[in-house]
Amino acid sequence: MGFVNYRGRVIIVNSSPAPGTPMIEVSGITKAFGSTKALTGVSLTVERGTVLGLLGPNGAGKTTLVRILATLMHPDSGTARINGIDVLAEPQRARGLIGLAGQYAAVDELLTGRENLEMVGRLYGLSRTDSAARANETLERLTLTEAADRPVKTYSGGMRRRLDLGASLVGRPIVLILDEPTTGLDPRTRSELWQFITDLVAQGTTVLLTTQYLEEADVLADRIVVLDRGGIIAEGTADELKAKQGGDVVDVKPVDPDNIPRIAELLSDIAGQPQIDVRTGRVLVPVGDLRGVDVLTTVARMISDSGIELDDLAIRRPSLDDVFLALTGHAAEQTDGGTGATDEETAPSTKRASRRSKRTERAA
Amino acid sequence: MSTGISRMVTDSIVVTKRNLIRMRRLPEAIFFNSVQPVMFVLLFRYVFGGAINTGGEYVNFLIPGILVQTSLFGGAGTAIGLNEDMGKGIIDRFRSLPMARSAVLTGRILADVARNVFVVLLMLAVGTAVGFRFNNGFFPAIAAIAVLLLFGMAFSWMFALVGLSVKTAESAQIASFLPVFPLTFAASTFVPLDSMPGWLQVFARNQPVSHAVNAVRKLTQGSAVQGINLAAEVWLTLAWSGGITIVFATLAIRKYRKVD
Ligand SMILES: Nc1ncnc2c1ncn2[C@@H]1O[C@H](COP(=O)(O)OP(=O)(O)OP(=O)(O)O)[C@@H](O)[C@H]1O
Ligand SMILES: [Mg+2]
Repeated sequence: MGFVNYRGRVIIVNSSPAPGTPMIEVSGITKAFGSTKALTGVSLTVERGTVLGLLGPNGAGKTTLVRILATLMHPDSGTARINGIDVLAEPQRARGLIGLAGQYAAVDELLTGRENLEMVGRLYGLSRTDSAARANETLERLTLTEAADRPVKTYSGGMRRRLDLGASLVGRPIVLILDEPTTGLDPRTRSELWQFITDLVAQGTTVLLTTQYLEEADVLADRIVVLDRGGIIAEGTADELKAKQGGDVVDVKPVDPDNIPRIAELLSDIAGQPQIDVRTGRVLVPVGDLRGVDVLTTVARMISDSGIELDDLAIRRPSLDDVFLALTGHAAEQTDGGTGATDEETAPSTKRASRRSKRTERAA
Repeated sequence: MSTGISRMVTDSIVVTKRNLIRMRRLPEAIFFNSVQPVMFVLLFRYVFGGAINTGGEYVNFLIPGILVQTSLFGGAGTAIGLNEDMGKGIIDRFRSLPMARSAVLTGRILADVARNVFVVLLMLAVGTAVGFRFNNGFFPAIAAIAVLLLFGMAFSWMFALVGLSVKTAESAQIASFLPVFPLTFAASTFVPLDSMPGWLQVFARNQPVSHAVNAVRKLTQGSAVQGINLAAEVWLTLAWSGGITIVFATLAIRKYRKVD
């Protein structure tokens, strides 16, 4: 673990810093573009061999932080270290440790998939034969072998994304930085990529990934940092964040969305403060310390007395979506209104659990 | 230090190769870049040429000018290509890799030199078809081609800076042509300088394009052209090329390195 092949020489990269140091350490980073404060003092750490999910709505500052870590941008203040190396002072050393897949696929349209990967391998300092072998191996792992010798312009969006991820992997980086790696992918391709990332982590790679999909953070991330308007507003494991939400929620969906404010008003004294999710047209009532069933019956009675017609009424565990809503006052996805994340939230949690445990077994 | 230099060389070659593959897969680009100078050749040879008195065969006066103009215009590919790479995030990928920082630019420029070899040979073929002849032997002809490539490469650095400085590929294209037009037309490219008004002659006589054109003209025609001091024109062309390269390579590399 942690060997880097640099121009034919094998260097043990993580021998220098103390074993206890986190792989990524970001401290007090600020960055402004004119009057826009993109980051307002962000500090976080990522332990070796773990995944940090950086969650936040559009414009939260995710890409800005990623670009600073990937040595593409200087912060106005603060420090960033990767494997103990100061990214600002020694960017070239830091670059040897990281693989970056940016928010938009950065692959050459006119080159074939193989040519793209071989080029990046050579630029990581690999010999011609090594980079050819790596390219082959990477294409295979990402199931791109069949398309390997076609120009990228003939690839579908998902294939490009995979190739882009492949380009960030050919150098066998010990830190992988992924900016919204699965945005725009269909559910099957997305879960394949999740599996792929999980496997990499099992082999010791440390990952920082940004996402707008709460489910993605839930499935992949050991720890989650929620970013909003340039600052961290919450962090912890997915379970911790859900616990903060205050137990189960009663989920009320009226037939007519115009009734939402009235419902929120009606239910304001039963348990926790009701939250309105404009995007899905629901009112969520946190159960808090009360018994879920009691709250549910009270809600059902009050609504039925008021004569408002309901589409759906349920008690459930909070999703990260609910957490996000409670934290920021707005839903995670603002732009496309895509429902992928929420719909898949209902995926059997056993599958998730087994994926998790598989990872820990292998890492052990 | 030596690993740094070998790294620079390897990385430059890798990037050059990438750009050459791109050119091969996009032959239209070279085709359309070549159509324009061919039109110029036909236009000046058959339309304007009769009215221009150069004291000798006009076609032998014209083709050296066309060759210099073509080598200059070829560099606009650097501006557009670099700008497109920036827009598509390719430059970001390069910047995040532990590669030699200058290789992205040198790789681009070396690829343009290779393209210029092709375009210069093509224009020589076209020129020959309309009556151009080398009248000064083989080695001076080779030297003329070398001067052309060197001169074109110097301007490629200027175009690299342009490409890195503007926002879109369209502006890169326009911004490249802006300096090239006055330089190639207010020069001895197409007409003898003494046909211009005096104030313009002062500029035209002392700017690099005229020196390059004169050097190539003398190298290809020898004693068939009068009034050109070969050594002086060649040295001035080399000096200009060196100066332009040093200034613009420094600026372009600094611009590339500057993380925004
Ligand atoms: N180069 C830039 N110039 C000016 N403003 C910028 C620049 N880059 C980012 N910003 C601004 O900084 C803020 C944070 O942007 P950033 O791209 O980091 O957000 P993000 O969390 O990645 O959003 P998204 O989910 O949409 O990708 C936004 O307000 C954005 O407009
Ligand atoms: Mg972003």
